[in-house]
Amino acid sequence: MAHQPDHETYTGHSAPHHQAPLGMYFAVFAALMILTVLTVWVSRIDLGHGMNTLVAMSIAIVKALVVILWFMHVIHSPRLTWIVVISSFLWLAVMFVLFYSDYLTRAWNIY
Amino acid sequence: MTSTTIDDAPFIEPSTRERRNYINDEYGVLSWLLTKDHKRIALLYLFSVTTFFIVGGLFAFLMRLELLTPEGDMFTSDTYNKFFTLHGIVMIFFFLIPAIPAVMGNFILPIMLGAKDLAFPKLNLLSWYVYMVGGIFGVVVIITGGVDTGWTFYTPFSTQYSNTKVFATTLGAFITGFSSILTGLNFLVTIHRMRAPGLTWYRLPLFVWSIYATSVVILLATPVLAITLVLLMVERVLQVGIFDPALGGDPVLYQHMFWFYSHPAVYIMILPGMAVISECVAAFTRKRIFGYKFVAYSSLAIAFLGFLVWAHHMFVAGISVYAALVFSFLTMLVAVPSAIKVFNWTSTMYKASVSWQTPMLYVLGFIGLFTIGGVTGLFLGALGVDVHVHDSYFVVAHFHYIMVGGTIMAYMAGLHYWWPKITGRMYSEWWGRLSALLVFVGFNLTFFPQFLVGYVGMPRRYHAYAPEFQVLNVLSTAGATVLAVGYLLPMLYLSYSWKFGRKAGANPWGAVGLEWATTSPPPKENFHDTPTVTWEAYDYPAFLKAMKETQNV
Amino acid sequence: MSDVTLHPSAEHAAEPHGHGHHHPFLQHHFEDMGQQHEASTLGMWFFVAQEILFFGGIFCAYFIYRSMYPEAWAAGSKLQHWQVGAANTIVLIGSSLTMALAVWGAQGARRKFTTLMLVLTLILGGIFVGVKGYEYAEHIHHGQFPGSMFTFVHPDNPQLSNGIELFMTFYFTMTGLHALHMVIGAGLLLYFIRRAWRGDFGPEYYSPIEIMGLYWHFVDIVWIFLFPLLYLV
Repeated sequence: MAHQPDHETYTGHSAPHHQAPLGMYFAVFAALMILTVLTVWVSRIDLGHGMNTLVAMSIAIVKALVVILWFMHVIHSPRLTWIVVISSFLWLAVMFVLFYSDYLTRAWNIY
Repeated sequence: MTSTTIDDAPFIEPSTRERRNYINDEYGVLSWLLTKDHKRIALLYLFSVTTFFIVGGLFAFLMRLELLTPEGDMFTSDTYNKFFTLHGIVMIFFFLIPAIPAVMGNFILPIMLGAKDLAFPKLNLLSWYVYMVGGIFGVVVIITGGVDTGWTFYTPFSTQYSNTKVFATTLGAFITGFSSILTGLNFLVTIHRMRAPGLTWYRLPLFVWSIYATSVVILLATPVLAITLVLLMVERVLQVGIFDPALGGDPVLYQHMFWFYSHPAVYIMILPGMAVISECVAAFTRKRIFGYKFVAYSSLAIAFLGFLVWAHHMFVAGISVYAALVFSFLTMLVAVPSAIKVFNWTSTMYKASVSWQTPMLYVLGFIGLFTIGGVTGLFLGALGVDVHVHDSYFVVAHFHYIMVGGTIMAYMAGLHYWWPKITGRMYSEWWGRLSALLVFVGFNLTFFPQFLVGYVGMPRRYHAYAPEFQVLNVLSTAGATVLAVGYLLPMLYLSYSWKFGRKAGANPWGAVGLEWATTSPPPKENFHDTPTVTWEAYDYPAFLKAMKETQNV
Repeated sequence: MSDVTLHPSAEHAAEPHGHGHHHPFLQHHFEDMGQQHEASTLGMWFFVAQEILFFGGIFCAYFIYRSMYPEAWAAGSKLQHWQVGAANTIVLIGSSLTMALAVWGAQGARRKFTTLMLVLTLILGGIFVGVKGYEYAEHIHHGQFPGSMFTFVHPDNPQLSNGIELFMTFYFTMTGLHALHMVIGAGLLLYFIRRAWRGDFGPEYYSPIEIMGLYWHFVDIVWIFLFPLLYLV
């Protein structure tokens, strides 16, 4: 994954030229289109018990990952870019988990 | 063979080539207002934050004046509400958060890295302008009638009931938030990408590690405040019920979102303070910081753990007891990395030849006061104790021990430590030590009585109180007066020294570090030649050895 | 002698500027184009990180209210035309494709191709915002704008109206912030179209287009989440 390692200190080199083949972008676009159609199609079916939300969010996460990895070139980016992306989602996860640690356990109070 | 003291350090007369520096490189107001030089921008920040510090201090003074007597005889309660709100907003958003990063970080960080400037100089200037726009909102609010919600803008009071300038204030805080995000972003990229050849992560001064941790917190916490304030403004303008229980909203959600930023914001304020302290301890004990890696990683640990504890501000706000238990436990964890730092600084001082220069006096003040502030923070983090002392003066005393006793002490230490580098002049050591002493005495006299009065039950945010609290309140007001003198003196003698002070030379403290390797004041591009670093941070043993050799020549 | 206060082993790089040529867009404080490129892309990634937390905060609030008022949320979502939303999704992902192609063109110094792709991105982005404006106008016309203009009453279950107003508040705030990002992006695009046409970009210097792309793709990702959350509850 680390096409360009994060340097201990800057040693000087030319700009990284990773040029992806043109076809890749169209393939990614096609995948996103298919997933969009899938989202709409799934939402028309009642899966019950919040499963619709789960499926819709899973598809959205896959779409976001596709955009991040290929459109935003993270797949060919230095390790540091991965760290930045992963840690920002990690922080978001911390936020969701700790917010819900309050909201999901409020009903437990039985006095 | 006596140990070398700082007074023996050789002063270096600048050669003719070094006479041009960042201050006399260009002249005129525009050369300052349009500068992209990180050092000049640091000075722009220095003047702006000092102005806001005076404004915030004025509100504090008015509050202490009112609290001299138990009756609310000087101001109405509405006016008093505005005073503590404006004191909090001005001090937190416009002074404490930008103070150390934007002044000292801006000035010193690129020099410590051996860089010519921050990674994005134009963005750096933009940050200052954004900060000033936010500040202007603050000033306009003050002039046009103030705001009375408390600096926390709790809903639904702030959105439905307060008839003061809530919208303009929150917009100002929102805008200022972008300034700190841009500064944090700039620092992060600079630390990652602008280090001099050979300057590996473990060769970085601890200042850089702490500023790095601060910037991470700024970058990941401030946007949450921004979105919270956006929701607040939407609610206030449209009169909808995002956080209003009467319309189906949840006010506790506002508090969650607010403290998700504002608790980490405490670390935005204290981590840069710790950054300064590490530098000063090393310089004035002339030793390597004990346990370098522990201190370095404890900054990152504080940055991360600081995000996990916010709900300890909400123990009595109606959150789930189980969540409160978890947050209480997590709060205890943050004490560990903070304690590591305090222990390592004290261990560094152990058996060292400490020189009692002004910055070091502030450092000692910091270590003592920060420890008291931290330990009382543990009291408050403990679920049961918090229920008892919540919203009392105990809390007020606690966070002033951290923010004033910690951050401002460190700010003063750093200002005195790097003043010769910034201006090229020495201030009067006698006046420096006197004001350090006044600040320490005045601070303790102001805030220690507040621990006592809070513990016996005086609530915060009231302009009148029960008569039995008067003695402690009078002591507190007296202390505030001493504290004010302690803060005003440096403004006088530092300004005086800028023009009339003794020339400082490149390295007046005999300290190691790249910033002392360049001239004072530094040239516009910081170094005449890009330095190559081959040594560890704080390599005092080698430095002292070399100095002795030159003196024997 | 004077080196002694610095450090005994202080060395100075003999030739800090030992490069053969200077690229016209190399800023003075960077050593070379590689460092400048890495700094600017990293800066944009940090900016995206703060954007993730910015939108993350409102998503978090959205989910909490959604779990509090599931019926109101479902009813509020029925007020949206999912066909319009889906069409707009396709438009926006299409603009992401042209943006990615513009970066590809800039890397290869294909001046006309890059400019064309940027113009297409701008047009698609403009269509998206235009459609959004049409949707807004419809909602306002039907009294679905939260606040004093909110006159909408749910025909079957009037008790839901309060919750639906909350949903519409989130709808307008989230899509409004998203649209604001689109408008800012469009302004940046205009600037870069001019520079691309001038021929500023090539294999040595394409980071402005690349970070423009990062921003645009991020805005696209936000919409990828907004679409199912607002139109398809």
